[in-house]
Amino acid sequence: MKRAIRVAIPFIVAAFVASACGGAGTSGGTKPAITIGSTNFSEQLVLGELYSQILESNGYAVTRKFNLGNREIVFPALQSGQIDLEADYLATLLAFIDKTATGSTDPKVTAAALQKALTPKGVTVLDYAPAVDQNGFVVTKATADKYKLVKLSDLAPIGNQLVLGGPAECPNREFCALGLKNKYGITFKDFKALDTGGPLTVQALVGGQIDVGLLFTSDSTIAVRGFVLLEDDKQLQLSDNVAPVVRNDYLSKAGDDFKKVVNSIAPKLTTAELTGMNKLVEVDKKDPKDVAKEWLKKQGLIK
Amino acid sequence: MTLLGDVVRWFADPAHYQGSDAVQTRIYEHLAVSGLAVLAGLVIALPIGLYLGHTGRFGFIAVNVANIGRAIPSLAAIALAIPVAATLVGVQNGLGFWPTFLALIPLAVPPILTNAYVGVRGVDRDVIEAARGMGLSEGGILRRVELPLALPVVLAGIRTAAVNIVATATLGALVAFGGLGRYIVDGLALQEYDRLFAGALLVALLAIAVEVAFGTFERAAVSPGIRVQQRAF
Repeated sequence: MKRAIRVAIPFIVAAFVASACGGAGTSGGTKPAITIGSTNFSEQLVLGELYSQILESNGYAVTRKFNLGNREIVFPALQSGQIDLEADYLATLLAFIDKTATGSTDPKVTAAALQKALTPKGVTVLDYAPAVDQNGFVVTKATADKYKLVKLSDLAPIGNQLVLGGPAECPNREFCALGLKNKYGITFKDFKALDTGGPLTVQALVGGQIDVGLLFTSDSTIAVRGFVLLEDDKQLQLSDNVAPVVRNDYLSKAGDDFKKVVNSIAPKLTTAELTGMNKLVEVDKKDPKDVAKEWLKKQGLIK
Repeated sequence: MTLLGDVVRWFADPAHYQGSDAVQTRIYEHLAVSGLAVLAGLVIALPIGLYLGHTGRFGFIAVNVANIGRAIPSLAAIALAIPVAATLVGVQNGLGFWPTFLALIPLAVPPILTNAYVGVRGVDRDVIEAARGMGLSEGGILRRVELPLALPVVLAGIRTAAVNIVATATLGALVAFGGLGRYIVDGLALQEYDRLFAGALLVALLAIAVEVAFGTFERAAVSPGIRVQQRAF
């Protein structure tokens, strides 16, 4: 027993030292170490990598805390300083922070409203990209043909025969089941908690366990699987442009150079570019790290 | 302390007893998948364990192979069960009940097999010799001498399997199954800790209830003459 303890001590000490280093980082004056977080679907990993790698190539030490969970976990982590930056979506984040806020289809208006809601939380939203990723409700081709579905309002009269599938938080979200009920008057027969626009939802659609699934509009599997994306004819989904949000504490430490580096991504990131990267990860099974790197190089953002 | 109040309110809310997410529905789903998994485990493990205990051969290998079931993390087993279920029972069953059921079986096998083997092996050799001397067939010895004597140990194995499975069936929520795990997984996703705690409480109560039910059954089933003081493994 004694011997075992003696052998274990160096390992324990090493583990402590390593974790201590991870926490403090090598804050080199004007370029303080940053921790970047993300939520739990593949596009978020790509976005996390984009911001991580562009900062790394500009001399920032980056700690990645990806795939933390949904926004209910990631946003409090940002507020409390467990992470410094995450890429989010304007309208969805606004609705999450301020339940009474009404976003807009104009990203400029939504971004301004979001900043107003974020200021008391000590968080700043940086430049948003033209890339939009909204919640999309999809059905299989067979279901669409059977009920002649083209747009979401077509679901209102037959919703009570169909099962909706999506992330567990969907029934409580304005941009998901709650909004479908309030804005479109669609109530479903049942709701099945699956994952956030991921493989379980896709498989449940294919297997027929659900009839309507929540996927993201930038998800390439919609086209690959031949799903029908129902048109959001009453504009439930607002301007969900991709935008990085960052803690003010970090921002004041890092200054303008940091802002410039992060904001250089926004003008180049269009929906088509984002969907293309998502396809490489989801369909072609490439590593988000490599996909992000290649894209940044192609855009001339890193060498 | 407020959490406790929230949990009490959660249980008092009539909305939680309606629809597909109703407490009684979730308990039923949970018990159904657990019961069927234990049953499948029995069908697989009991004959093998009894036979090997009777012959005394290959027991070491069988017990160790079965114990692999304990070593596989249930979380991984349940994820791996998705493609397995899709292949075995069709893509329309690739989520929900089937992967949960399939992933729980390896958990049921080791305690049932080990206890059946050890129980039968542990029967006094002299008693078996006497039975053989009285002209009992090998099957008769197993059925009429070894099994009744080994029953407390065999039943303890089944009880261990059942309690393990009731506690682990919560993982089914990760593969779109219902059951009480739904409250835990959804409670975490929604940051509704009252729901999460209520789910955990129900699972714990259910596991205890299963334990108690098996204990009562054991006392009733085992002949008073051979009721041993020793407890399960």
